[in-house]
Amino acid sequence: MKTTSITQLTEIPETIMSISNLYKSFGSNNVLINFNLDLLKGKNTVVLGKSGSGKSVLIKCIIGLLKPDSGSIIVYNENIVNLHGAKLDKIRAKVGFLFQSNALYDSMTVKENIEFPLRRHWLKVTQLEVSKMVEEALEDVGLSHTINMMPAELSGGMRKRIALARTLILKPEIILYDEPTTGLDPITGKEIINLMIDIKNKYNTSALIISHDMNCVRWAGDRIIILLEGKCYAMGTYEELKNSQNQKIKQFFD
Amino acid sequence: MEQTIIIKRFLDELGDMSRFSGRFFSEWFKPRYEIAEFFKQCYVIGYKSLPLIGLTGFIMGLVLTMQLRPSMVDYGVESQLPAIVGIAIVREIGPVITALIFAGKIGSSIGAELGSMKVTEQIDAMEVSGTNPYKYLVVSRVLATTFMLPVLAILSDGISLYGSYLGVNIKGETSALLFWTQVSNSLEFYDVLPAFIKTYFFGFAVGMIGCYKGYNSSKGTEGVGHSANSAVVISSVTIFILDLLAVQITDLLGFN
Ligand SMILES: Nc1ncnc2c1ncn2[C@@H]1O[C@H](COP(=O)(O)OP(=O)(O)OP(=O)(O)O)[C@@H](O)[C@H]1O
Ligand SMILES: [Mg+2]
Repeated sequence: MKTTSITQLTEIPETIMSISNLYKSFGSNNVLINFNLDLLKGKNTVVLGKSGSGKSVLIKCIIGLLKPDSGSIIVYNENIVNLHGAKLDKIRAKVGFLFQSNALYDSMTVKENIEFPLRRHWLKVTQLEVSKMVEEALEDVGLSHTINMMPAELSGGMRKRIALARTLILKPEIILYDEPTTGLDPITGKEIINLMIDIKNKYNTSALIISHDMNCVRWAGDRIIILLEGKCYAMGTYEELKNSQNQKIKQFFD
Repeated sequence: MEQTIIIKRFLDELGDMSRFSGRFFSEWFKPRYEIAEFFKQCYVIGYKSLPLIGLTGFIMGLVLTMQLRPSMVDYGVESQLPAIVGIAIVREIGPVITALIFAGKIGSSIGAELGSMKVTEQIDAMEVSGTNPYKYLVVSRVLATTFMLPVLAILSDGISLYGSYLGVNIKGETSALLFWTQVSNSLEFYDVLPAFIKTYFFGFAVGMIGCYKGYNSSKGTEGVGHSANSAVVISSVTIFILDLLAVQITDLLGFN
């Protein structure tokens, strides 16, 4: 199956991450089969796919939590697939990751949660700077008053925002969002979508957003990719894909 | 057929556990050292289990003395009560009971804590935040249990002996000085040393098994409960097996 490329972008932005020929299987379950994708600088790319199609697997391969069977993921001139230890950590400090389950540390306060990546990535920052950065990150997500709370005291939407603040604290140039709006009510979901758009505009980040929420796809995505049968099945803008005649693409937009 | 499957699963698990523990020995001495985390765990682990271990130790000493007295009277060796209780507590009951309570309290909480961190992807989150979760979570906890259990066992021995002293004085009268002299005369250095050394192994086993079970927890809340539960069961059995090995080894070395 060839990738159905619908759009020709007029000015082609710089590629910041390049995934090629990615294969990943668990036993006999072939999840990713020759997946290819270029992430463009300053653009939000949305990956749309059914539940269980391997979206989380893809994003975990990118951050190095899973090792693909073959293929390459090039970021900052390094192939993540072959990296480990300190070298991998160096790349990870520049790539933010928002977990599908938020993954806030239960035993730490909001402040400690947000500081964690800052303290752990061997960055040379003083205590004062840390506090300032935490405050700024919390301000970005509009939750300054929760600084001393525990994650258990927060609502689902608030946890998502704190997780987002923790992702933003290192000022990543690339952000990977794993289903940022799933499990939230439409209004809170909309707020998260707006946050993602604001972040892109404010920090000029490039994002890979995994989602099957149509609002998120429509508003946050500059470019949509459909992950089907383990590969990048189609690519285009929301309008282009919505108007596609291909049945397999259409089913996502009904 | 059924049996072979069970045996195979047991051996698989044993292999996994050995590999997991092996990683401890290859990683603990390499930087980065999680010293703050180690001290924090020592504090938490010691603080959490001290009241329980003190209470059970006290009751064990008291009850053991009261239970032994009639037989000792029958044999006409009532005066030897402090000596026999001292040997029983310091060589066997103190370390083993302390380790079992420790397994119940700390093994289960480590299993549950790491288990819930695993299923809610907190361990993955640490990994992407420039942290080696094995060192940060496992090494610090295993070192903490290894070093704290001997301390707790000594405290428990002391409290048990105090309980026993009170027990001796319920019927009859023995001064604290006499009691202590009798206990210390009955104990030799080579009685105390193996009992002390084995508590390090008990502590290591409790920490390692708790971490292994939590770290390999399966998805869902049920998986976390299962991790906590099997951490306690397996570490308790392991404590007895280690105890058996310890007595064989001290016997072979002639420390009796
Ligand atoms: N660690 C793993 N071990 C074995 N199989 C796995 C593992 N992780 C994912 N899988 C399998 O890979 C497939 C894709 O899973 P993945 O979590 O990527 O789905 P997803 O697209 O993110 O779905 P959702 O939208 O529900 O989050 C599933 O069939 C799943 O069973
Ligand atoms: Mg997923």
